[in-house]
Amino acid sequence: MSEVRVGEADFDVAQEYARLRDSGGGTGAIATFTGLVRDSGDLSGVTGLYLEHYPGMTEQVIEDLIRQARERWQLRAVRVIHRVGTLKLTDQIVFVGVASAHREDAFAACQFLMDILKTSVPFWKKELTESGEHWVEQKDTDVRLGDRWGE
Amino acid sequence: MAEDTVTIRYFARLREELDTDGESVPCAGARTAGDLLAQLASRGGPWQQLVEGQPVMIAVNQAMARPETPVQPGDEVAFFPPVTGG
Repeated sequence: MSEVRVGEADFDVAQEYARLRDSGGGTGAIATFTGLVRDSGDLSGVTGLYLEHYPGMTEQVIEDLIRQARERWQLRAVRVIHRVGTLKLTDQIVFVGVASAHREDAFAACQFLMDILKTSVPFWKKELTESGEHWVEQKDTDVRLGDRWGE
Repeated sequence: MAEDTVTIRYFARLREELDTDGESVPCAGARTAGDLLAQLASRGGPWQQLVEGQPVMIAVNQAMARPETPVQPGDEVAFFPPVTGG
């Protein structure tokens, strides 16, 4: 059981958690991650983000990542949501939630999905500030975090 | 003659700096995505950044690809900056 949603709509973590929890009596662990719009990145004084993606490819690549995660860990449910468009400070950007029998698989798969999502899924962030806009640069640290999972 | 062309798409910073989100180009002499990049870069000006400066990521038919990935007429080829989602 997995779901991928990419769009402008916000999400409700309680609702997503409830759906992960509703994955049967074998589920013993749920790990979730939520990413938010922060006030500083490449620039300081960030007031919002504009998020662009490659419709069609984005969803396919995320589905493929979930398939890879399922090959590596025993997962009972996976939910990935990523927002696009214009977002304000403190808005939710991304949600990854994983249900498994045990915590090791839930933690690892959640981290894997976020790490690989950062370096392999066609999303681009532009920081918006009072004084201008800036396309965010890919970070070496993100590349290293993605690389640690191997091919 | 759609048979002899590939559809090219540009995203994010490249879309803005090239001032287009896509085009259809003849691919007669282009056998790989890298050949296409070189062909487009030869337009000069902002197009030169496709082969010099910041790295360009490539997708062929919506799957991540490399400069040596073959392209054929009818393919959808995308060029974009390194991704920054999450």
